[in-house]
Amino acid sequence: MIIGVLRESRPGEARVAATPATVVELVKLGYQVVVEPGAGVAASFSDDAYAKAGAVIGDALAADIVFAIDAPPVEQLDGLPGGATLISMLNPRLNPSLVEDLSRRPITALSMDAVPRISRAQSLDVLSSMANIAGYRAVVEAAHVFGRFFTGQVTAAGKVPPAKVLVAGAGVAGLAAIGTAGSLGAIVRATDPRPEVADQVRSLGGEYLAIETADVEVSATGYAKEMSDDYSRRAAQLYAEQAKDVDIIITTALIPGKPAPRLITAEMVASMKPGSVIVDMAAANGGNVEGAVAGEAVVTDNGVTIIGYTDLAGRLPAQASQLYGTNLVNLMKLMTPDRDGRLVLDFEDVVQRSMTVVRDGELTWPPPPVSVSAAPAPSTAPSTTAPAEPQEKRPVSARRRLALAGVGAAALFLLTALSPAALRGHLTVFALAIVIGYYVIGHVHHALHTPLMSVTNAISGIIVVGALLQLGHGDNVVTALSFVAILMAGINVFGGFAVTRRMLAMFSRS
Amino acid sequence: MTIETGAQAAYIVAALLFILALAGLSKHETAKAGNTFGIAGMTLALAATIALAIDQGISGLGLTLLIVAVLIGAAIGLHRASRVEMTGMPELIALLHSFVGLAAVLVGWNGYLHVEADLGDAEAGLLRAQHMLGIHSAEVFIGVFIGAVTFTGSIVAYLKLSAKIKSNPLMLPGKNFLNLGALAAFGVLTAWFVIEPQLWLLISVTVIALLLGWHLVASIGGGDMPVVVSMLNSYSGWAAAASGFLLENDLLIVTGALVGSSGAYLSYIMCKAMNRSFISVIAGGFGIEAGPAADDADYGTHREVTAEEVAKLLTTADSVVITPGYGMAVAQAQHGVAELTRKLREKGVDVRFGIHPVAGRLPGHMNVLLAEAKVPYDIVLEMDEINDDFASTSVVLVIGANDTVNPAATEDPSSPIAGMPVLRVWEADNVIVFKRSMASGYAGVQNPLFFRENSAMLFGDAKERVEDILRVL
Repeated sequence: MIIGVLRESRPGEARVAATPATVVELVKLGYQVVVEPGAGVAASFSDDAYAKAGAVIGDALAADIVFAIDAPPVEQLDGLPGGATLISMLNPRLNPSLVEDLSRRPITALSMDAVPRISRAQSLDVLSSMANIAGYRAVVEAAHVFGRFFTGQVTAAGKVPPAKVLVAGAGVAGLAAIGTAGSLGAIVRATDPRPEVADQVRSLGGEYLAIETADVEVSATGYAKEMSDDYSRRAAQLYAEQAKDVDIIITTALIPGKPAPRLITAEMVASMKPGSVIVDMAAANGGNVEGAVAGEAVVTDNGVTIIGYTDLAGRLPAQASQLYGTNLVNLMKLMTPDRDGRLVLDFEDVVQRSMTVVRDGELTWPPPPVSVSAAPAPSTAPSTTAPAEPQEKRPVSARRRLALAGVGAAALFLLTALSPAALRGHLTVFALAIVIGYYVIGHVHHALHTPLMSVTNAISGIIVVGALLQLGHGDNVVTALSFVAILMAGINVFGGFAVTRRMLAMFSRS
Repeated sequence: MTIETGAQAAYIVAALLFILALAGLSKHETAKAGNTFGIAGMTLALAATIALAIDQGISGLGLTLLIVAVLIGAAIGLHRASRVEMTGMPELIALLHSFVGLAAVLVGWNGYLHVEADLGDAEAGLLRAQHMLGIHSAEVFIGVFIGAVTFTGSIVAYLKLSAKIKSNPLMLPGKNFLNLGALAAFGVLTAWFVIEPQLWLLISVTVIALLLGWHLVASIGGGDMPVVVSMLNSYSGWAAAASGFLLENDLLIVTGALVGSSGAYLSYIMCKAMNRSFISVIAGGFGIEAGPAADDADYGTHREVTAEEVAKLLTTADSVVITPGYGMAVAQAQHGVAELTRKLREKGVDVRFGIHPVAGRLPGHMNVLLAEAKVPYDIVLEMDEINDDFASTSVVLVIGANDTVNPAATEDPSSPIAGMPVLRVWEADNVIVFKRSMASGYAGVQNPLFFRENSAMLFGDAKERVEDILRVL
């Protein structure tokens, strides 16, 4: 089959859906590749380079499979032959009219921005790969406008304080921004409603600012969702405090299929120092910042620059094209099971199902939801134990533990109260010894588990005492049995201690 | 002071020495002292008991037999202990557990022959006067039951660990029903025996317990052996405690309870490490989910590397973490790995080991192997100590481990091992997996780690591959 790579028609779009490097991969999968003339020029890929990589320069629209970055305009869609497969970022959640238009055509359309967030699909997730670039670029844009260093320095000409950067939202873009700003030397802080990202923030050198609230969010789709009023109030308070302190704010808060949440109000912007910079990465979806204009940088009355560029990823066109192209290659690997250049759309596969907007002219959007969260979800954990066994996966609750302890105590009470005097003393000793055993072993070093086991094993050879006392009193059968018992227990006692000794002698410190 | 009271005093001291022994074993610094305490306690207990036996008028023949039995036992035990390979430690310990179990059965039988078999004699009369006869009968039964379960259970564990029988879990229809049935039968027979002590009741309970022990362990797969071995350790303790009740000997009760509860706690730690239910383990029913059908999901392709490339990678790395598993023990690769560690450390590479709590076939198995190969114990860390460091590690060498490094446990809620804590090796820059083939691990789950972009496979026998790397270095 033939893959066509379109030249992007949207003004300002410099990316291209395949690079010479990804063309090589596509050819390896058995496809022929046709690249529209000049498709990669804006991203510094010449037609010659494509031709060298094995592509043909020609009419890409006539191909069986059409690659694009953005959804092609109506004229181009009209040019698609029946049965063609269109793969691009269609944004079906926010673009119902396009979805409807596509469904009237006899084609198949896959949306690269609808990949479910499961581990297996990470290699095709363009939202992640583009967000990564955009996060980097957001910091670079901010640094470009910001009139100071990011890093703190002590120079002969005086001391320079480091810039303070606040990143709102620690998704892929946020994390990329945290890492980039940190490596430029800035002090980076980050907020996110999902407490589990705190470690990721810290791993990149950022400081995680927790928003103390009662409701903890675990999103089943792997994306953030809208938060409660209480949360929003506390978050607003935090942002208001931070706005006065930091020099640069980068907002990345997006909720799939909804307008972006408003995080930074006009008052907060007004409270910032002159010369501060805000990059609103959600400007295309309404903006996290009041006063942000999509696609433009505006300067407020108090000298704060609000950058609302919507093409941050596209501003690194060569890099973005390479990553997008690799995402497409990975998709092709998934959809070309036999590596023979034949595209197979497998609806059993949740990844392919989720991406498909239209199949052969039939509307398949929206797909069934995919639950992908890797966050601990105890209630949904599948059971791995025997069906007939009582299953208790969660840690025993305090009340339950108390109840168990109560039952145990009652049983011990009854047993002791009802037993004759001679047994009572033994039961006391028994109960106390159990507790001692538990505490003595409580802090054992993991490396000593084996020696511990062999020593306890040797000690349990103490049963030899019982056999010793039985030997030689009574008939021959008893004596014979005792003899065997002593022999067995003797192996245990001597073998156990000796082997423990041998093992312990081997442990040495460096 | 009579011999009798002297022996009692010696028993108390011995019991304290045993407690000190266990306490000492929890730290490297005190471990050797702990073992010495244990030996001292045992010597004291044996001396006191022999003195007591002589005091109670043991016959000359009896004394001779006693000494002969102890000497033979000691000879066999010391011989085995000095010859055993460190990789064979799990088998040896399982076998030793079976001896305690057998001894408990024999002691129980002797208890019966001594008292219940002849209800007219003085012993029985004394017990009856104390209202203890029924309790004595119950104690005989409990001791024999626990002992027999320990005995056959340990034998099966030994056979499985030494690969003399297949380690696949045995799947009898209605296995849980069989286990519960055996327990119920034990309860009924005990009640019967208390009311009317009969020899055939004792024989049937012994047989039932032997079968139950066999079945319990046979239905658990080879990969879950760390839990099984420590569970049997616990059982052997309870068997000793039961004998203590039978013989009204506090030393046996104390020691048995110590071993029993510490073994149970150790099993509990193991269970937590595998995210399994403790109850279902001690009921012997958790091998059941083993081997779900291999899924057909496309994980992508894996990447192969050669030993030369790995060696190059290691020399340029600044930190290396090695995560061994049972495969290292099978291949006997620990000496090569230790040599590799030494060479890399000489070159200034920070080498550490990350040990998963259930790696190997015995709790702490990997530690013993590494110690044997003279790897310093302070660079051998446990999972919780090292898990946060993987992200800043250049190279992770996964040697013969599979399920314990499977990212599916944390990322795929539908995976059979979901929720099991694992070593997060995939966070490192590079992961090299030493493996014989692409076969799945014990849990039968494919490992997405092998298909990650930052991981590469080094196929072949772990020992040979490690030696290849050493040659290049």
